[in-house]
Amino acid sequence: MARIIVITSGKGGVGKTTTAAALAMGLAQRGNRTAVIDFDVGLRNLDLIMGCERRVVYDFVNVINQEANLNQALIRDKRCDNLYVLPASQTRDKEALTKEGVGRVLEELSQGFDFIVCDSPAGIEHGATMAMYYADDAVVVTNPEVSSVRDSDRMLGILSSKSRRAETNAEPIREYLLLTRYDPVRVDNGEMLSVKDVQEILSLNLLGVIPESKAVLNASNSGVPVILDRETDAGQAYGDAVGRYLGEDVPHRFIEARKKGFFSRLFGG
Amino acid sequence: MGLLDYFRGTRAKGSANIAKERLQILVAHDRTARHRPSYLPNLQREILDVIRKYVDIDMNAVSVNYEQEDAHEVLELNIVLPETARNRA
Repeated sequence: MARIIVITSGKGGVGKTTTAAALAMGLAQRGNRTAVIDFDVGLRNLDLIMGCERRVVYDFVNVINQEANLNQALIRDKRCDNLYVLPASQTRDKEALTKEGVGRVLEELSQGFDFIVCDSPAGIEHGATMAMYYADDAVVVTNPEVSSVRDSDRMLGILSSKSRRAETNAEPIREYLLLTRYDPVRVDNGEMLSVKDVQEILSLNLLGVIPESKAVLNASNSGVPVILDRETDAGQAYGDAVGRYLGEDVPHRFIEARKKGFFSRLFGG
Repeated sequence: MGLLDYFRGTRAKGSANIAKERLQILVAHDRTARHRPSYLPNLQREILDVIRKYVDIDMNAVSVNYEQEDAHEVLELNIVLPETARNRA
């Protein structure tokens, strides 16, 4: 049986798809058979971030409607044999995702995979509730910014009341915080909420802190999940987060600002 | 922060504190609203209807408050009777 992980946030543009691509690749690289599903029907983007947009033939909705089988729709990643992408449909609307249909596809995937990563669309509408409904674990992607933190809290409420685990009184979804676009220098200057501030408000397990990084745009430009860019801070931070998710005790990096030299301290800047 | 600022002791206070305070209030408010049972508005209206059979009270005279503490929930009803009601009875 696979473990189902939803990447969610409520707010858009905080890094859900970047995170879904990175975590799925990280899990697969460690030898886990992993599928990553794009739930953003009508606005599919995961295929672009994964760099497989030209290999899409069938999609998630085709499989739900039984117009194609799973093997036809799953795209095997060229860099990692354990990783498969199930793209969203670009032409249908979100209502095409039915609870039964999604459940059936996840059930079938569960037979052959260790992890299923569900990339949720923004908002709290149908697509987002479908992405989180069957989840065992939730990674709540949050920026250190008021509207993102508030939306994350709202999402936590939905996870604890409208998921299958909530409805069947099963063990609740395990919720993790992933703080992205973090800028330790601005935190030191008192211009940005700190990890501690966000933790005080949301009180979740901290899966990782991804620093604001040029590597993220570079990675999406070229269709390579940022975790593969091991030279960069963001790539390493995602690598650490995957380790933590798998139960390793990895110390947090990139939370502290780099120490300034004597002269820059003396003269500011 | 340069040397001059250090001696002046004028470390600029950032906006992060304000963000945190606003969020704490907002999130606490969102959470109480979330845990409130959905039957409260109906309950309030029906109680009001029953009381109105006997006493002529205002729409705002009944307040229903719901609080959740660790082990139990408190449903607080507060009904303000008009002064004349007591004389009539």
